[in-house]
Amino acid sequence: MTVGLFIPCYIDQFYPNAAIATLTLLKKLGVDVVYPTKQTCCGQPMANSGFEHLTQGCNDLFIENFSEFDYVVSPSGSCVLHIKDHLHADKAEDKALGIRKKIYELTEFLTDVLKVEKLTASFPHKVGVHQSCHGQRGLMLAQMSELVEAPFSKPLHLLNMVEGLELINLKRPDECCGFGGTFCVAEEAVSVKMGKDRVADHLNGGAEYITAADMSCLMHMEGILRRQNSNVKVIHIAEILNAQEF
Amino acid sequence: MSTGAKDHAQLSDIFNKDEARVDWHDETLWFVRAKRDKAANSLPEWEALRETASQIKDNVLSNLHDYLLQFEANAEKNGIKVHWAANGEEHNKIVHSILKESGVNRIVKSKSMLTEECHLNDYLHKNDIEVIDTDLGERIVQLAEEPPSHIVLPCIHKKKEEIGDLFHKHLGTPEGASDPVFLTAAARDHLREKFITRKAAITGVNFAIAETGEFVVCTNEGNADMGAHLADVHIACMGIEKIVPLRKHLSVFLRILTRSATGQPITTYSSHFKKPRPGQTMHIVLVDNGRTTQLGREDFRNSLKCIRCAACMNTCPVYRRSGGHSYHTAIAGPIGSILAPNLDMKNYADLPFASTLCGSCSNVCPVKINIHEQLYKWRQVIVKEGYADPKKAMAMKAMDFTLSNPSIYKIAGKAGRWVLKHAPFTVNNKLNLWYKHREMPESPKQSFGEWYKQNNKND
Repeated sequence: MTVGLFIPCYIDQFYPNAAIATLTLLKKLGVDVVYPTKQTCCGQPMANSGFEHLTQGCNDLFIENFSEFDYVVSPSGSCVLHIKDHLHADKAEDKALGIRKKIYELTEFLTDVLKVEKLTASFPHKVGVHQSCHGQRGLMLAQMSELVEAPFSKPLHLLNMVEGLELINLKRPDECCGFGGTFCVAEEAVSVKMGKDRVADHLNGGAEYITAADMSCLMHMEGILRRQNSNVKVIHIAEILNAQEF
Repeated sequence: MSTGAKDHAQLSDIFNKDEARVDWHDETLWFVRAKRDKAANSLPEWEALRETASQIKDNVLSNLHDYLLQFEANAEKNGIKVHWAANGEEHNKIVHSILKESGVNRIVKSKSMLTEECHLNDYLHKNDIEVIDTDLGERIVQLAEEPPSHIVLPCIHKKKEEIGDLFHKHLGTPEGASDPVFLTAAARDHLREKFITRKAAITGVNFAIAETGEFVVCTNEGNADMGAHLADVHIACMGIEKIVPLRKHLSVFLRILTRSATGQPITTYSSHFKKPRPGQTMHIVLVDNGRTTQLGREDFRNSLKCIRCAACMNTCPVYRRSGGHSYHTAIAGPIGSILAPNLDMKNYADLPFASTLCGSCSNVCPVKINIHEQLYKWRQVIVKEGYADPKKAMAMKAMDFTLSNPSIYKIAGKAGRWVLKHAPFTVNNKLNLWYKHREMPESPKQSFGEWYKQNNKND
């Protein structure tokens, strides 16, 4: 099994540690991982702004980079959902469809494909889990509070394997943080207010860290935490699943 | 509603100047969402009910023509006069002509979002007809000369003290009185007199049953019944999508409507109107106003399944923090944002962008409208039709160029990180909307791509 590692543009540029943790974790679990170096972005920022017709360049590049792998894995639910829903190519639609079927967000890959039941990770901290919407409601990484259905959570299933980690409770377990791609600047006032409220829920719960399977939500909440001079940090779930703190 | 051509983002910015009020608004509506969750969870068959409701509505939309004719024939057999209106203007004219014929110039009206959509009150006012809204919340916003901010809770944006001030001014309650029970009693006295003296009543329609030609009006206050039963003329106004094929289908819709709306098991009054009582005339105005156009838009047709419960508004984290008026249309929130562009794409081009696409709206929707997916699709349509900001279009083209070329992307990324590290003042200023209330991410030494190249030389 060879996995193509898809590192979204903003993680590549701003959060290399999340990417390094993802790569290390997959390798630790015995996966043969390749990082195609000519990758850029999934095209979501354009598509969500109404410019899906401008994403063909990104789509073609994505297909070129990833069609050969057995699986494509990425530490970002939102980007994975975009590819799953919107990757097209008139000239290579079969390849596009193939990728849409074999792309996985990291925690769902660990849970559903590798069926991980044990991790040698340790992270003795109080952690708040942010359920990123595209991962949760789009990829169904966890049950949604709106539905009358049995609960489950792929990220929590994995976090429960981490030694010393203490999960905190939230008043609103799956409310959006307000990042929303270009929404974060186009609707600045509401975006910031949503972010402040989400962060406050974690702070009230006593979190030392806020984690998520999506770095973009964390980037937004980190911006707010740092502006508030808070000591609370954001950390990608891959970094926790890979942590060896004692 | 005139907002001086301000868009959702600008109106939300104004709403957010008073953060304590935003918190109050958010908590108030979240409380309603929580009540909805409790009510939904009390029924193990909840998801099956949603699916059934959705399928009944799908059937209605696919056979709307036939059901409407069946409804018309049965309603007329029952002695109801049926009128057809192609748009809001025709609707208003029809209502006006009925009132004129009846010689009535003062009327009562219970809640009807359709008449809000058609701006009926304005039209009748201009034609010297006085309209008293009898739903308490609607009466409050009417006294305040504001449109409703929510389709189920029209004055949810108002605090009880503000309502006390309004009642003091208009109904003569003591200054400073803000006890809800006291104010409600004052409103009841005020409205009683209107019910008794007005000769015509307008109601909305929640469900119209093709099989029987009857229609159902749901209220918690009984105001539709008070109006209709005391008036010589009853005019019911309905959008053509309100049809359900069979009376037994109400056993699905009446169970999900109010659980989704307020968390109640059922509305206090679910009143069936089938024929006029002796001496009364009963009219139904069937209104299209863009609905058949929407029905013809494949990606958006199922927005017509909406039963106006407002669950999508109560759950929407954007609605809760921007208020209903920021949507500058009769039907606010997520559902309004997929309905409004159908009526006027230019004026409502902002609304599909007033969302993070979190998807909570689609999950609470009792008839399973894929609201957030339609928001995404409207964005594509609006851009293609040329209603996007030209500056944004240029930025998107630049982004496409950069992201389609790996080598340019690498240079741009490196340059961006260098600027953040060495010349942060060029980014950290008021031109950068991110920076207004958020710090920029810290610039790492290396990108992951650079790290990988250094650490995986053998790959």
